[in-house]
Amino acid sequence: MTVSILIFLPVIAALAVLLFKNDAAKHAALTFSVAELAVALFFLSKFIPNADVQFAIDVPWIAKMGIYFNAGIDGISMMMVLLTTVLVPLIILTTYKHQYKNAGAFYALILFMQAGLLVVFTALDGFLFYVGWEAALIPIYFICSLWGGENRIRITLKFFIYTFSGSLFMLVGIIYLYLQTPSKTYDLFQFYNLALDAHHQVFVFWAFFLAFAIKMPLFPLHTWQPDTYTEAPSAGTMLLSGIMLKMGIYGVIRWMIPNAPLGFFQWQSMTIMLAVIGIGYASIIAFKQNDGKRLVAYSSIAHVGLIAAGIFVWNIEGLQGAMIQMLSHGINVIGMFFIWDIITRRLGTREISSLGGIAKVAPKFAIAFLIIVLGTVALPLTNGFVGEFLLLSSVFQWNIYMVTAAGLTMIFGAVYMLRMYKKVMHGETNALTITFTDISGSETLVLSIICALIIIMGIYPQPILHISEASVTHLFNIVNPKFPQLK
Amino acid sequence: MDKYIWLIPILPLAGFIINGIGRNTLSKAVVGFIGSLMVLISFGISVAVFFQVKAAGSEFHGFNVSLFNWFSAGSVKISFSFLIDQLSAIMLLIITGVGFLIHLYSVGYMKDDAGFAKFFAYLNLFIFFMLLLVMGSNYLIMFIGWEGVGLCSYLLIGFWYTNPDYADAAKKAFIMNRIGDLGFIIAIFLIMVVFGSANFADVFKLASTKDFASAPFTLITILLFVGAVGKSAQLPLFTWLPDAMAGPTPVSALIHAATMVTAGVYMIARSNILFTLAPVTMHIVAVVGLTTAVIAALIALTQTDIKKVLAYSTVSQLGYMFLGLGVGAYTGAFFHVLTHAFFKALLFLGAGSVIHAMSNEQDMRNMGGLKGKLKITFITMLIGTLAISGIPPFAGFFSKDEILAHTFMHSTPMYVIGVITAMFTAFYMFRMLFLTFYGKFRGTHEQEHHLHESPPSMTIPLVVLAILSIVGGFIGRPESLGGHHWLEHFLAPVFAKSAPLLVTPELSNSTEITLMCISVGAAVLAILYAYFKYIKNAHVPVTDTEERPALVDISYHKFYIDELYDTIIRKPLDALSVFFYKVIDKMGIDGIVNGLGRGTVDASKGLRLLQTGNVGFYIFMMVVGIISILMYILFKA
Amino acid sequence: METLTKTIQGVPLNHYILLCSIIFSIGVIGVLIRRNAIVIFMSVELMLNSVNLLLTAFSVYRGDATGQVFVFFVMALAAAEVAVGLAIIVMIYRNTNSVDINVLNRLKW
Repeated sequence: MTVSILIFLPVIAALAVLLFKNDAAKHAALTFSVAELAVALFFLSKFIPNADVQFAIDVPWIAKMGIYFNAGIDGISMMMVLLTTVLVPLIILTTYKHQYKNAGAFYALILFMQAGLLVVFTALDGFLFYVGWEAALIPIYFICSLWGGENRIRITLKFFIYTFSGSLFMLVGIIYLYLQTPSKTYDLFQFYNLALDAHHQVFVFWAFFLAFAIKMPLFPLHTWQPDTYTEAPSAGTMLLSGIMLKMGIYGVIRWMIPNAPLGFFQWQSMTIMLAVIGIGYASIIAFKQNDGKRLVAYSSIAHVGLIAAGIFVWNIEGLQGAMIQMLSHGINVIGMFFIWDIITRRLGTREISSLGGIAKVAPKFAIAFLIIVLGTVALPLTNGFVGEFLLLSSVFQWNIYMVTAAGLTMIFGAVYMLRMYKKVMHGETNALTITFTDISGSETLVLSIICALIIIMGIYPQPILHISEASVTHLFNIVNPKFPQLK
Repeated sequence: MDKYIWLIPILPLAGFIINGIGRNTLSKAVVGFIGSLMVLISFGISVAVFFQVKAAGSEFHGFNVSLFNWFSAGSVKISFSFLIDQLSAIMLLIITGVGFLIHLYSVGYMKDDAGFAKFFAYLNLFIFFMLLLVMGSNYLIMFIGWEGVGLCSYLLIGFWYTNPDYADAAKKAFIMNRIGDLGFIIAIFLIMVVFGSANFADVFKLASTKDFASAPFTLITILLFVGAVGKSAQLPLFTWLPDAMAGPTPVSALIHAATMVTAGVYMIARSNILFTLAPVTMHIVAVVGLTTAVIAALIALTQTDIKKVLAYSTVSQLGYMFLGLGVGAYTGAFFHVLTHAFFKALLFLGAGSVIHAMSNEQDMRNMGGLKGKLKITFITMLIGTLAISGIPPFAGFFSKDEILAHTFMHSTPMYVIGVITAMFTAFYMFRMLFLTFYGKFRGTHEQEHHLHESPPSMTIPLVVLAILSIVGGFIGRPESLGGHHWLEHFLAPVFAKSAPLLVTPELSNSTEITLMCISVGAAVLAILYAYFKYIKNAHVPVTDTEERPALVDISYHKFYIDELYDTIIRKPLDALSVFFYKVIDKMGIDGIVNGLGRGTVDASKGLRLLQTGNVGFYIFMMVVGIISILMYILFKA
Repeated sequence: METLTKTIQGVPLNHYILLCSIIFSIGVIGVLIRRNAIVIFMSVELMLNSVNLLLTAFSVYRGDATGQVFVFFVMALAAAEVAVGLAIIVMIYRNTNSVDINVLNRLKW
């Protein structure tokens, strides 16, 4: 049993789904993604929660250039694999009430993207990592530019150029590290063993930082994100926000900081500052957004800012908080975008100001929406809280002013989320919202799963934290001796 | 017994789940029965727990019940566990006891509401979170309850959410609470960093040792206090509580009078040793409490909505409690929590009964003369009013006087302001009583026709609470009045660490009795003034269209604090939001990004002109190019 | 053969180089200043042939046949080029009724 099954099953699935049309494609895609989830769960059941890389595969790919197909799963990867494999079936299920043209191609692209994401999350070879990174970008480019909204071409091009230019910097960084290794290899652990001087590490740091900061996105490199989230089809938005932006966070944890600890150390306070500014900045912008999807997009920037800040402080609380928060954020943000997808499909508008009173006509929908809102504002006993608590306690160790600024997300998050909830759900119905019908079928299923996950993860998060605990500690032990003066 | 502790919070949670799931299928009778029964069983267990704690004596410092490891990462280890000691035992009794009465009352009060099951589900959920709050054995579990009750408060204030004003009030309550919660959570981080744990037992044990003499107690306690200010509606975050009256009246009684809003007092009483070690914070707490008490009392003087009067009186009484905490009268403050729970719940439920009888009319200007029609309501409310006014031997007298006596020892000016506030309290409470129950009926004919006493399910809780309001004070009867202050002795282990640090001069019995006479005299004077103004002269507050004297106008408009916040916080933030979005995001950052793209396009447009299309020119450039390369190679050597 | 080599070697190498340079320059200048496509074409041939001449001369002087082999390649190439080039010019003439290269200014973006 190696990780290659996990990686190649979606590829095969993508090719198979291409053969189907319309509803058959949906069902096929869902079946394959559930099968993929089953495989992942099987891996989870066999997974020993220690720091070792498990289910590894290491075969020569382009051996002359030191490129190996080298992938495996440790605790950190396991979390990301779970994130991907749990969310993709959910995302496919959210599209059940849509009729996309060329459905076969649409679902094939989703599955192909899943393969790319899994490569990113399991790769232990720099070259493979880069290949996965770009392989995940291409499908989402087509999903957005073929099935998106009115301005899709312009916006998607911007998104593509933005993220692509970032990843080219990363490629330069990877090649640079490759050239430094004594045996000319792309092996990640060889990269870790390199002892570059601080001056060169700064360049490596910037090369990776630009790529990851754009992907996350971190203030001020975020402007592609609200536009793209708004224009992309719902499934695309969910893929982008739920899973894809975690590539950036994962990259920071696995590739940026361990490969350039000294370089990172020199710029640490700047990175934290940017992350914290992003939290307040995006939250404040979210106050007055009238477009529901755009509001959620900005809230996502704020949440990711907190995750980033927690990681940049670099301690175990922050890393563990980031791990669980990535999972929680993925679930919550998919729920939130699905809520807006439901509203848009029924009423044909995302304008918050034209809505109101939906709670009265759709009580089930109101409950689901409320639980997702509560998860997003990180109420205790919902999934958002544990992560946010750990992340904030990590930022607190940097200093108390920073945590106060970062903690504003608690207040601001409540402000924009409850404002949105009130304007959409409360009040009297109007001529438009009176026609709203309550959720049914696949919608109920998806929202129930999401709500259940929100609550279960909030009440008993320890098993999830346990998965990544040993690996995070191990990573910490690799990196920490390299820091000159550790706080 | 400790094996069954977990049942206390779980039962209401079960009630929430059953009523939540069966909200469309279960009949109202079943829903009401389940909701009330769950709380009643919890109350039964709480009583048993209480007697067990009582039997354990004064050397008992509580026992821990650990359920499971909630989460851990790095140095953070949080276990889901409960602490039962004297303080939480009494809180359990208040929450489940008063909670049960209010459930019972709601069966009658809400019987015609479409959201009956939803209401009971929320109430049960609230009880669950409130129990977590007081039972938690570390700050994190307390924080769960802390935020959870905030959520229930949000849900219940916005219970009739189709009214946008009510929905706004709910939102406001949640957000203002969140401001406090931020302070609370940062305090928790600080506590965890300083003491290496968030467990009450560990933190308090370490705090009083010498090794931690230089710990930042002031900062910790100020942050904790910020949390308490939000939850307990103190200045400057008190404006949500009066708006919270948008919720159904039983909610106002349970959440916004008896239990949730006193959570801040509970938290400070729980962390008493930290506060005792931070005299600066104690002073701030006392000043904030006193200021809140005065301001809220001033506002209450002119309100015409019966629930608003009670809301501001709640804020004012909470101010008293914080004053008590600030001057080190932990027992006194907690005593006031207890008695306040009785008489304020009583007053709110009585007001609910009036509103019920008046077909949802809340404006006292349209009431009057209800004494004859609503006999039980009138008598019980009279008891409640006497209790809050501090007339002996009703409950409020004992607790308020304990706080005032401690304040006197602390600082005379504060004492004087406290007594004046007590006068205001007596005045506006009797003003409310007189306007509502005396004089002529001022409502519509239809309302008069419908006037009726409430059903037994509503009057029984009133009677029970009225009895408690009469006798409740005797558990804290001071020595000067021939008692031995049972409550103080009972709670002594909780405050044991603080007691030696709080050196207060012993007050002689005669001074204490003199102080009591002063405050009772002041209250009686105020009542007499209210009597002359509203009964003898039959004064009725002016309608909204008429002119008011300037001072009355300021009080009536709540010192324009909401408007002030609107101007200095909400509007600038909204403007900032638009500015960030339109100017910085769209024009600034996106401008630069798009500018880069446009720059590339423009540059290529410029360079394109080099391609003239003239073949002769191309050839010429080719030759020039070849020659320059040759020259370069030639001259490089 | 012997006499031919002698005869060629009878002229100093410098003269060959000078002649070829002159012919080459004439070719370059012709390409640069003439507008008639056919004349430019001929000028290109002139350049090619000047190089051919030089290659032959060096080949003879050094007694190395490689240069002459190379000349054959160039001649073959020139022949092919003439075929294609003239075809293009004919086509241009048919379309524009002119072989003036300034008429051809559409080669731009």
